[in-house]
Amino acid sequence: MFFPISGAHISPIYLVIIGFLIGVMGGFFGVGGSFIAGPALRAVGLDWNFAVGTDLAHIVGKSVVAAKRHRALGNVDLRLGFIMAIGTMGGAEVGAQLIQMLKRADNVNLVVSVVSIAIYVSISSFMIWEAWRTLLFQKRRRPRSKVPGTAAKQDESSFSHRTEAIQSLRLWPMISLPTSGVRAISLWVIILVSFIGGLFSGFLGGGAGYIRMPMMVYVLGIPTHLAVGTDLFEIIISASYGTFSHALKGNVDILIALVMNTGAAIGAQIGAISTQYFAGPKIRLAFVPLPLIGAAIVIYTMWTGHKI
Amino acid sequence: MKAEVSRTLRAFLIELALYAVLVTGYFFLVLHFLSGWLQNLHLHHVKLYALIAIALIIGQAVVLESVTTWLLRLLRGRSE
Repeated sequence: MFFPISGAHISPIYLVIIGFLIGVMGGFFGVGGSFIAGPALRAVGLDWNFAVGTDLAHIVGKSVVAAKRHRALGNVDLRLGFIMAIGTMGGAEVGAQLIQMLKRADNVNLVVSVVSIAIYVSISSFMIWEAWRTLLFQKRRRPRSKVPGTAAKQDESSFSHRTEAIQSLRLWPMISLPTSGVRAISLWVIILVSFIGGLFSGFLGGGAGYIRMPMMVYVLGIPTHLAVGTDLFEIIISASYGTFSHALKGNVDILIALVMNTGAAIGAQIGAISTQYFAGPKIRLAFVPLPLIGAAIVIYTMWTGHKI
Repeated sequence: MKAEVSRTLRAFLIELALYAVLVTGYFFLVLHFLSGWLQNLHLHHVKLYALIAIALIIGQAVVLESVTTWLLRLLRGRSE
């Protein structure tokens, strides 16, 4: 199929399959999947600028489907999502400015590659340690009910004592998040978490769900299912902003994104429904390979000098 | 439990087949007619193109979500 906006010939079946796979991942983990979609588009000959911009547009569509499904399952905290969107957009702008500074200093590729590898490996290492500890603790303590969608939604974390310490910080204004079960938390902590997520989004590209979702669980104390759903809702706002910005620069082939979205629509539903059958620590443990895939792609690019 | 899994799998496969037919029709009809118009906007009216791109992707996502939810309900409802 010929896509006249980018001038690329790409099989629609390939696009639908990629969209489907990323949709399943996004619905289940609450991530945009840019670390796979970007290279997958590049692999069939799309220029990098189009790969990045088109991927963002596709993320918007996929996140709408997955967030709608998560909302129906009661997994979206709208108040938290709107507050986080403000911090994310601010962080994304600062991240983009940092990239411009590094571009001027002519060492953008090296710095971004090293930072991304360090971040991806750190997130995976921390999450594997924490989720494993929580699962071991649960196993030792008591047998759990295996009814899907009931016990599966109860959430625990071996990091919860630190989360409680963060929630007890009395930095005015304090707000409550009843949907997430958070009685009081400083607005500044939420803004800081979303700002850091946005910073990485602007600095490393994509939606940065791989850093925001773990931070929502460990720093803000949001249950994993709600962190996944709320992150997707927040991604709709921040990725729309990114899509608009890239479209103005001529980097979005919306026809490719629309075709990918047809696969993502069904994949995102399957991913979102699947979260009901897994407990929080198991979702977090399954999340571990995703940042490592991102790190492997960056290492491959640095090692060989080729982009996938 | 096994019967429930096989029922879900069957419903999913039927849903996938129906969805594939709908999507194929969508490719040939809608995208074929839209491509020329969108290419023209991309070249000459980039701000409008940016706005329409977001509206299209969100609009399509909402419609597809409704279609897949409807298909799921129809098939699961019939099989249960």
